[in-house]
Amino acid sequence: MDRVLETPLTADDINSLKLGDVVYIKGIVYTARDMAHMTVRDKLEKSQNLPVDFQGSAVFHAGPVVKKTHTGWELGVIGPTTSVRMEPYAEMVGKLGVKAIIGKGGMREGSRDAFQKYGQVYLQAAPGCAALLADGIEEIQEVHWFDLGMPEALWVLKARKFGPLVVTMDCRGGSIYEGIKSKAIKTIDALYQPA
Amino acid sequence: MTAIDSLYVSNIQERVIRLGKATRELDVSEVTKAVRQMCISANYNVPEGSILALKKALETEESSVGKEVLARILENHKIAREECLAACQDTGVAMVFIEVGQNVKLIGGELYDAINEGVRQGYIDGYLRKSVVTDPLFERVNTGDNTPAFIYTDIVPGSDVKITVAAKGGGAENMSGLRMLTPAAGVEGIKKFVVEQVAEAGPNPCPPIVVGVGIGGTFDRVALLAKKALTRSVGSHNAHPMYAKLEAELLEEINKLGIGPQGFGGRTTALGVNIEFAPCHIASLPVAVNLNCHVGPHESVIL
Amino acid sequence: MAKRINTPLTDDVVRTLKAGDNVLISGIIYTARDAAHKRLVALIEKGEQLPMDVRGQIIYYVGPCPAKPGMAIGSAGPTTSGRMDPYAPILMENGLKGMVGKGRRSKAVQDAMMKHNAVYFAAIGGAGALLSKCVKEAELVAYEDLGPEAIRKLTVEDFPVVVVNDAHGNDLYEQGVKEFRIN
Repeated sequence: MDRVLETPLTADDINSLKLGDVVYIKGIVYTARDMAHMTVRDKLEKSQNLPVDFQGSAVFHAGPVVKKTHTGWELGVIGPTTSVRMEPYAEMVGKLGVKAIIGKGGMREGSRDAFQKYGQVYLQAAPGCAALLADGIEEIQEVHWFDLGMPEALWVLKARKFGPLVVTMDCRGGSIYEGIKSKAIKTIDALYQPA
Repeated sequence: MTAIDSLYVSNIQERVIRLGKATRELDVSEVTKAVRQMCISANYNVPEGSILALKKALETEESSVGKEVLARILENHKIAREECLAACQDTGVAMVFIEVGQNVKLIGGELYDAINEGVRQGYIDGYLRKSVVTDPLFERVNTGDNTPAFIYTDIVPGSDVKITVAAKGGGAENMSGLRMLTPAAGVEGIKKFVVEQVAEAGPNPCPPIVVGVGIGGTFDRVALLAKKALTRSVGSHNAHPMYAKLEAELLEEINKLGIGPQGFGGRTTALGVNIEFAPCHIASLPVAVNLNCHVGPHESVIL
Repeated sequence: MAKRINTPLTDDVVRTLKAGDNVLISGIIYTARDAAHKRLVALIEKGEQLPMDVRGQIIYYVGPCPAKPGMAIGSAGPTTSGRMDPYAPILMENGLKGMVGKGRRSKAVQDAMMKHNAVYFAAIGGAGALLSKCVKEAELVAYEDLGPEAIRKLTVEDFPVVVVNDAHGNDLYEQGVKEFRIN
């Protein structure tokens, strides 16, 4: 039985997730990448309102390909972008109430700390499986900040069963990326003399 | 010959004739002559913009040892110019940037052979040091004539051929750096990287230095932008006002580091900061820093 | 006022030199850079004789331009010294007293300078034409195949340098920058 989480995500949902768990998301997923994060920061600094409520939300680091139709928008493909670029916004994203961050490559120490503080998880989407991931999206509900360009805009997606997603950073400070990196460093130390 | 073949051939012939009318012929021996001359001249004559900046620095430098160094450097550049000597013994590798107008037909030989011949003649006839080895890792044998040149070619509109020769020394080149920043890093991130790079280089690139900065493009393009920025004269500014402002701010901040002439301490760490930029991917913010010492030989000619 | 010193250097002379001193060197100095250093150190490690006696001597890190007719040497400014860091301590152990170049030295080289009472000078980088005027004679000593990297014996007169690292552990690059840094 596939495990499907429904948005808005609760603290219990997040607490129940362990490293290596495979999950799907049902409900609302926002996309946001570099420019959207920057725009959120600017608006918060100027005490302006945000167009969506991030409380309990899932944010997908992605720039989708979308087609305009008579009735609205049609999603082409959507895949994850490298999440570490959004690392400088870790604290801001945590404070906004975002519960799940979806992307590729994981995040660093700042996010790991924020995940513990605000109860968040990181979900790795399979990179390069843009068509499969798009299949789990039922419809595009809205778009904000389209002037940032199609990939950089904030898209509001309605998911029927978006995934599969793997829990790679949990809310207890666990991260599978950490282990991989420290192992690689040990290998390098064994192979070469330190400078 | 089939009908289609003959149609094809006649089309080609017609196009050749049409292009031929607008084509200007240039014998590549002219390129050899120009490259030879510029290799020599650039190494003897420190660019005017750098001399002006050094004179200005001599007035403003607060460190007494720094002042003395600047005075000696100016004396050196004068001797080099008057007595036809290389201002610096590291006469570098020959960087050759060539912009070929698309209406130009090059005749009389191969362009790259002609450029290398110019470098060979220039470095031998000008008593310049030969600093190129055949193979970077296993066979580090000096090629003996400073070839091959490091050539970048652009095809541009028009009927001109513009050639820029820059002699790039190793000491400053080794202090270069490149980082693939992310968009969130912004202006602050760029500034921090550039200033850190200069601080890290310290006395090694023979300050006062000229700082070439590339912003944008891709991994490979950004390094070339930084290098091309160094072929712009000291004291010139980027045409884009925001980038010109960034150049001025970076220069001011670099000169707060206290490294000073030759790294002996002082206010004059850099004579100028030149930035070149290019469009880039939405996920990227590449930045590259390429340094020149106060000599920074470069010259251009239009044939 | 610049201090005048003559080569070979005695231990007493080395001891009097302080970071920041302006110095004019006269006498014999030897040129050597990366490739020559590699060969010199290989000889020492094999216990073979060097092409010159380094005791009390100064090595100038330089790869000069070819000499024009009538001149002793072409443009001859210093190269970056850090590349010679792996080789410098063993040469000091064998009696080398001075080095001329430009740029920072490693901790290991600075420690060796204190241990063996040696000094590191900087010449002005990029002032090769000016410095070539102080070179009166140049004679090939070894490794002609290395071209600009060959070892040459230079006779210099009032060759201008600044003491960067003295035998007492002082470093002009650190002191100077500290004085002028604006935080």
